[in-house]
Amino acid sequence: MGISSYFCSDFYNRHMKRLFLGDQAIAQGALDAGLSGVYAYPGTPSTEITEYIQDSHAPVHSRWCTNEKTAMEAALGMSFAGKRALVCMKHVGMNVCADAFINSAITGVNGGLVVLAADDPSMHSSQNEQDSRFYGKFAMIPTLEPTTQQEAYDMMSYAFDLSERLRLPVLMRIVTRLAHSRAVVETTDSPRQQNALSSPADPKGWVLLPGNARRKNSELCAMQPQLQQLSEDSPFNRQENRSEAKSLAVIACGIGYNYVRECFPKEAPFDLYKLSQYPLPKDTLVKIAASHKELLVVEDGQPFVEEQLVGIIPHGVTVHGRLDGTLPRTGELNPDNVKKALGIPSAQAFDICDTVVGRPPALCQGCGHRSVYEALNRVLADYPNKGVFGDIGCYTLGALPPYQALHSCVDMGASITMAKGAADAGMFPAVAIIGDSTFTHSGMTGLLDAVNENAPITVIISDNLTTGMTGGQDSAGTNKFEAICRGLGVSDEHLKVVVPLPANMEEITRIIREELEYKGTSVIIPRRECIQTLARHAKQKKAAAEKKGS
Amino acid sequence: MKTDIILAGVGGQGILSIATIIGQAALSEGLYIKQAEVHGMSQRGGDVQSNLRISSDVIQSDLIPLGGADIIIAMEPMEALRYQPWLKADGWVITASTPFVNIPNYPDIEEIRSRLKRLPRVISIDIEALAKANMMPKAANMILLGAASDALGMDFDILRQAVRTIFAAKGEAVVEMNLKALQLGREHAVSE
Repeated sequence: MGISSYFCSDFYNRHMKRLFLGDQAIAQGALDAGLSGVYAYPGTPSTEITEYIQDSHAPVHSRWCTNEKTAMEAALGMSFAGKRALVCMKHVGMNVCADAFINSAITGVNGGLVVLAADDPSMHSSQNEQDSRFYGKFAMIPTLEPTTQQEAYDMMSYAFDLSERLRLPVLMRIVTRLAHSRAVVETTDSPRQQNALSSPADPKGWVLLPGNARRKNSELCAMQPQLQQLSEDSPFNRQENRSEAKSLAVIACGIGYNYVRECFPKEAPFDLYKLSQYPLPKDTLVKIAASHKELLVVEDGQPFVEEQLVGIIPHGVTVHGRLDGTLPRTGELNPDNVKKALGIPSAQAFDICDTVVGRPPALCQGCGHRSVYEALNRVLADYPNKGVFGDIGCYTLGALPPYQALHSCVDMGASITMAKGAADAGMFPAVAIIGDSTFTHSGMTGLLDAVNENAPITVIISDNLTTGMTGGQDSAGTNKFEAICRGLGVSDEHLKVVVPLPANMEEITRIIREELEYKGTSVIIPRRECIQTLARHAKQKKAAAEKKGS
Repeated sequence: MKTDIILAGVGGQGILSIATIIGQAALSEGLYIKQAEVHGMSQRGGDVQSNLRISSDVIQSDLIPLGGADIIIAMEPMEALRYQPWLKADGWVITASTPFVNIPNYPDIEEIRSRLKRLPRVISIDIEALAKANMMPKAANMILLGAASDALGMDFDILRQAVRTIFAAKGEAVVEMNLKALQLGREHAVSE
């Protein structure tokens, strides 16, 4: 079936209009495209995709995975077996699954495989603002970047079909403002059936011994002109608003297009090209550049298109964007910085109110992490040369007042391994503090390193029985932490469990002090349920009891 | 018709419920809607906002430009002021009057009030006292929405119907309480 027929009304019998977050539009789009499994680890702003599929109760695999790498590999396995699989993660999750992701472009796919990366420019809830489109280029696979919630929905079906046609994984990249914004989306009332089980057409191609991998790598490289041609012809890339004036052309990527259109809803005094599918449609862009003096690239994230354009456009054409300061080098796009780049004056009427102060997030009142930091700070007050290595989760807020207890927060699992490295260097005491879900995500291997050398570190696994910061998803290791630590070789004498309550402060501080003084690897597990999930569970229980009663 | 609304508050105060009601009302009128929300870390007691855009024409940006908001609806007075750069020159501010103090350096409340008075059209309403006096502690946000109903320019019956639709699953008692809260807010909305 030709791609153009996607948009014929008889292909999509659209009856249902629903108000969807971008994430929910993607989830429904995947379900309607015949999805058989979603694989993911929670991460803002991608979490709601998997939650939507779980809540739909569709006959689709949707249980949370331990980390993004296990998710990517399981999805590739489902694809191997001929079914359609979706992997979802926040942008930094791409780093965790990169090995499997890059190699999935070499093996290729059987059932359609779509990888969804939710980027977070401006770092609303992240440690960096890396742009996942670079991963698509790195892996040499088609990459999609939707502009609206409706397009995100439509693209899922397109992406799965494209993946199966090319026998390659497809990357879809979204940003926070699409993921977490609601709009009305029209959905089909005739969803596609799931695929039947099938075997890969090229079984040897899945065994990446050097001989096979070289052949597959050559095939992937040979496909690149075809992938570029798909972008040139893509229904999501289009030239519009051809203006009489030929001085400026604007290349607007993903949601950047919306901000340009916000300024010029109808006619604009420049040529406009909407870009939502990569690799770059170079022929089209060179042609546009040749008839203009200046190009402005409006893209959210890093200067991915801007940098590539500089190498291919004709001499004498100037490229504006994030690199020359026309748009800010960092931070997300918004209607105002795009307005400024297009030379439109701001409509701002009131200045920032200087009475207003910042209101940073804080640990909830009654949260168990609070008692952990209270105890830790009391004990560590006696140690001037301490290093306290933190990790990713609600408890990272322990770095802020009133506790100011952390010296680092880098990536999932880094608390344990950084504490070990610091201890190797002679730092004493070296303490790691990590949450339960982060520990199973990426902390277990680091703990094995520490145990194997009996490194003098104290690891605190602050277990609140959930993945708290992303809204209380199931945590992979719940009820297994003592067994995991013992299995990795932590001795029973130095594996302690406490209940982090103010009433237990004396016991907790005593245990921390003892374990700090132990010249080997010890683990303390403060365990108490997250007060947010506790309240939710109580509410659900009450509702269930009322239902039973009535 | 086009109305751009900024909803502001502190994580956990229920601004998204207000957005849901307005959104439902807009949908029932066949209007376009876009609503950008904050999820994730900031929900833990930090400042939160939602950009809600309603229009009879296609809406492009998910975010409201500076100077573009017709209304700021705030569950907290300092949070109302945080978004004044986004307020139109003749825009409305509908805010709860009671401060939510969860930071050590919260400014003097008199200073906050005087800054609010510098804005052209402000309705400041003690929603917590009203909710308490009327035994509806969970419906303070619906009182605020009621106070904003005139400024929203929506038919009040459409808003009432939206409250019915959204709370229907929770039973008739909850629906009635929220309708009463909406009415209460509407009656107590007095421009300063």
